[in-house]
Amino acid sequence: MTLADPLPGPAPLLGVRGLTVRTDDGRTLVDDLSFTVDSGERLGLIGESGSGKSLTTLAVLGLLPDGMTATGSVELAGTQVVGAPEKRLTAVRGRDAAVVFQEPLTALDPLTRLGRQIAGPLARRTGLKGRDLRAAVTEALVRVRLPEPDRIARAFPHEVSGGQRQRVALAMALACEPALLIADEPTTALDVSVQAEMLDLLDSLVREREMAVLFVSHDLAVVAGVTDRVLVMKDGRAVEEGPVLDVVTAPRAEYTRALVAGARKLESALDLRSPR
Amino acid sequence: MTSVPEPTPVPVPSPAPVLELADVAVRYRGAADDVVQGVSLAVEPGRSLALVGESGAGKTTLLRILLGLARPTAGTVRFDGEPLAPRDRRQARRFRRGVQCVFQDPYSSLDPRRRVAAIVAEPLRSLGLDSRASAAPKVAAALERVGLPADAAARYPHEFSGGQRQRVAIARAIVCDPRVLLADEPVSALDVTTRVKVVDLLAELKEERRLTLVMVSHDLSVVASLCERTAVLERGRLVEQGDTAQVLGAPAHPYTRRLLDSVPRLPA
Repeated sequence: MTLADPLPGPAPLLGVRGLTVRTDDGRTLVDDLSFTVDSGERLGLIGESGSGKSLTTLAVLGLLPDGMTATGSVELAGTQVVGAPEKRLTAVRGRDAAVVFQEPLTALDPLTRLGRQIAGPLARRTGLKGRDLRAAVTEALVRVRLPEPDRIARAFPHEVSGGQRQRVALAMALACEPALLIADEPTTALDVSVQAEMLDLLDSLVREREMAVLFVSHDLAVVAGVTDRVLVMKDGRAVEEGPVLDVVTAPRAEYTRALVAGARKLESALDLRSPR
Repeated sequence: MTSVPEPTPVPVPSPAPVLELADVAVRYRGAADDVVQGVSLAVEPGRSLALVGESGAGKTTLLRILLGLARPTAGTVRFDGEPLAPRDRRQARRFRRGVQCVFQDPYSSLDPRRRVAAIVAEPLRSLGLDSRASAAPKVAAALERVGLPADAAARYPHEFSGGQRQRVAIARAIVCDPRVLLADEPVSALDVTTRVKVVDLLAELKEERRLTLVMVSHDLSVVASLCERTAVLERGRLVEQGDTAQVLGAPAHPYTRRLLDSVPRLPA
């Protein structure tokens, strides 16, 4: 298994080496994890609950909750994230990497109109004000294919549907034109048909911008649709890494085999032969 | 409201339904529109039924009506051919004996302050079927059947994983030998590998106990694995119902087709 062999040539956009996350009481939640994401590359992080995949994304952004410490190295666009002071991280977040979380209702401020929430990062990056800023907000909402962008900009998070909220969260993340988009189970809370639209949207937006993506999910089929390469995690460790197609058609690790077999078994139930 | 008229191969006389909804509508107080409208369904013994649809389609509302937890604003609910009367205590006991349920979230559906033994014994105790002592062997058998270790009985819910908790919930539901098991998204909170195992367990229970499942789910592959019949709901209306092989194998309604097309699939 080749886990992040040192590559010759330019440094990757995101380079994670020997990342370990421990709790203060000594439990190891992410264990010696290494991977890279190049500019424009799309990596999927797959694992079941408790595998450490979400903690990995938080560690990449320097957002680990209190009581947890990261060691090892996370280099994001040339900045060492592990151990960096908050001030340096603030500059990195948004510009180099932005994130979309699973539950948009908790990611968005319930007391602030959606337009204003997008305007925040947008103003910081572009320096726009007033009417120009409002126009840019509308444009950001149109880009994520939201109907009636003006109504949505005036609405509070609870006044729009779950799918719409997740699009707003995506618009916020994209507002800073980050080099890396981190998506942590961005469609898990959505209905299937809304999920399909969201994945399609995400796929075309990052392709247009040649944006790199770190896509975290427990759902193999979802990850397979939007990434080129996947890393399978179990109990905080990487068990397998490779091109998506190889991993889902010829999984090597026993755990990956079980994961793929499970997904295929459920899926096969849908191959119904109609009596007609 | 089956899709396309077609010659039925062998006309099997359908057995009398256990649960039946006739032209049921639900409107919440103060709301302008019905959340469920004109729904007629029958749950026949041995033919598990899935209610499929997206959020807000009214799946859970219908399930609550079938469980007797909510009353429709129009239409009737029948249990064994009689209208469900919430004030009829004798019927209520018969109903609870015959119809049990499993909910979506195994974290909130088990009382955290009670040991698993007491949780699983609850239906037996509240139906007055058993004392604590006489319930014990039944509880042990149910726990064993769902694949939990014998010492599970003495432990508390927080000591178990999500999948194990869902097994506790299933043990509680089957301990009094019901005929019908109503399940609201029973596996959607579980990881894939756990999900497969719990689906297998439900399939086995269906077989060996002749249990009829009525399941609400947005996961079509789970529905196809477990249910003979499928009813598709869109915004409170039934758009299609029939044999699962037919409804999901050759959907007649565009909404059903859209749901099917949206299911993410692994590359072959």
